[in-house]
Amino acid sequence: MRVVLAEDLALLRDGLIRLLEAFGFEIVAAVDNGPSLRRALSEHRPDVAVVDVRLPPTFTDEGLRAALDARREHPGLPVLVLSQHVEQLYARELLSDRSGGIGYLLKDRVSDVAQFVDAVQRVAAGGTALDPDVVAQLLTRHAREEPLQRLTAREREVLGLMAEGRSNAAIAARLFVTEKAISKHTNSIFGKLDLTRSEDDNRRVLAVLAYLGG
Amino acid sequence: MIEYFRRGARAGLVAVLRGLVQAVLSQAVNIALFVLVVVSLALVPIGVGVLLAPAPLLAIRALAERQRAWAAEWSGVEIPAPYRAAPRSRSPLALFGWLVRDPATWRDLLWTFLNIPLGLLLGLLPGALVVYGLEGVLVAWWVGLVTDYGWGPFWMLGDWGALGVAGPIVLGALLTVVALPAAPSLLWAHAVFTRSLLAPTRAALADRVRHLTATRAETVDASAAELRRIERDLHDGAQARLVALSMNIGLAEEMIGRDPQMAARLLAEARSASGTALTELRDLVRGIHPPVLAERGLDGGVRALAMALPVPVDVVVDLPGRAAAPVESAAYFAVAEMLANVVKHSGAARAWVQVEHDGRRLLVIVGDDGRGGADPAAGSGMSGIERRLAAFDGTMAVTSPPGGPTVVTLELPCALSSPKTSPSSGTG
Repeated sequence: MRVVLAEDLALLRDGLIRLLEAFGFEIVAAVDNGPSLRRALSEHRPDVAVVDVRLPPTFTDEGLRAALDARREHPGLPVLVLSQHVEQLYARELLSDRSGGIGYLLKDRVSDVAQFVDAVQRVAAGGTALDPDVVAQLLTRHAREEPLQRLTAREREVLGLMAEGRSNAAIAARLFVTEKAISKHTNSIFGKLDLTRSEDDNRRVLAVLAYLGG
Repeated sequence: MIEYFRRGARAGLVAVLRGLVQAVLSQAVNIALFVLVVVSLALVPIGVGVLLAPAPLLAIRALAERQRAWAAEWSGVEIPAPYRAAPRSRSPLALFGWLVRDPATWRDLLWTFLNIPLGLLLGLLPGALVVYGLEGVLVAWWVGLVTDYGWGPFWMLGDWGALGVAGPIVLGALLTVVALPAAPSLLWAHAVFTRSLLAPTRAALADRVRHLTATRAETVDASAAELRRIERDLHDGAQARLVALSMNIGLAEEMIGRDPQMAARLLAEARSASGTALTELRDLVRGIHPPVLAERGLDGGVRALAMALPVPVDVVVDLPGRAAAPVESAAYFAVAEMLANVVKHSGAARAWVQVEHDGRRLLVIVGDDGRGGADPAAGSGMSGIERRLAAFDGTMAVTSPPGGPTVVTLELPCALSSPKTSPSSGTG
């Protein structure tokens, strides 16, 4: 799987390269600034791009903007955005084209290597990987509302994991229950929130996020 | 030489027209405003005046501001505005009190009165002299030939024959040539008169120095306290966690040969400690200067704040550029505090934030449809905002009648930088 990596801190860039290569990813380009990232994205058309939000030369949201522009040019180009802090504002911008293949994670998540690699693979496959912090903010924001109040605590937990972009199998493994139990929960959630059911993981995530206004 | 005269003549003509504007204003506007103020002040003892007086007094302020601008623009006489900061409350009584307690109001009023004759005199004089001169050249001599024409000191030459013809022409031409280039000086004299009353007095400047000293001391205190808090948070939080973390890793290193399971447990512990340290650092950074503010400016910062709120917030940001970072930061934290108050106290179903710039000031309006009755003096958060704003000469006004709505208006004098052009081309 071919990866373009953009991270300006050499220490982190080397770490990410080592980590990704250890799990069989091929790093076709590792860049440290916005303009190079733009060039690399259109030149290599990677299977997935791993991008830091803040990059030189402006040290603002250079990386995020480059990623958004690249996705406008090549719809569905899988991008996993990493940042020291997560903002719902950015999450919404990344998710706004509703075409999947988007990840938005705190940099600390990299330390859980297995989860991080799973997230990269999920994004590359057109799925979603949303940071638990973003999801938690979305859920808190809607916590007072009537439909969410009707969910049981377990269902809310499942909804959160779904919003992060996990499949039923992954959720089941995480909560130590069977996949069947999870699918019962998801059916109940979709019923209570009045959402159209979908077997497709990706479309399901998008429905949930659309509901939460992400 | 000709060019010199032409330029002098053009400047003179412009000054003559500006003088006419001043003369007309001094009669049409000053008289009316002065009378209105006197009448409404006379009605103060029976109460109505308190409601009536602010309108003409504020109109006089607007007129005075215009005069200050003209003095600078037309005559190069800079006149700073001497007014005190606007009150926090927008109640009529507070407004009245603010106006009558400011000595600048009374100096404005005195100027309004004295300018009725002086504005007329200094405004008309340039035009009158030029017209009189031209009259001598073009009209006086031949009218003087046919009839007993003449008034004023120069043109009573009707009986003097040839001298009576030449006199008005020569003297009139001379007068025109002298008066036209002198017109800007008369306008300047008017500006100097204006400055003598509309500029800040020594007392006002002393006031201002006191205010600046006080706000500077507050700002220094506040930022010192802030630094102490950050130091403590780092020392007790992230720093301590990093020490524990490196201890755990060192221990794991020792154990890895003898007890791999124990080592794995220590490493897992180390990782979770690093996660906590990072979370703490993130919160700390957010409190110092939120990353989204640095990345997206006030626009993105306010939107991000609004999105985190459980109440729907309409955000309208209309800024052609970015304010200086400290101003952005002060405005951001003010909005954050006010939105937090909306959630905590107002019981509102909706809130709105409006941010705009009128060329001189950043205006921030935060409102909600809650129950109102907010007391700006009660919360420590509000006084914190005010202290932060005061460092930039900013002001805060709260209207919050019982039953709502609550509207808080912030004004921060500042300039905007031109919009940042980020290198966004793919070829860069």
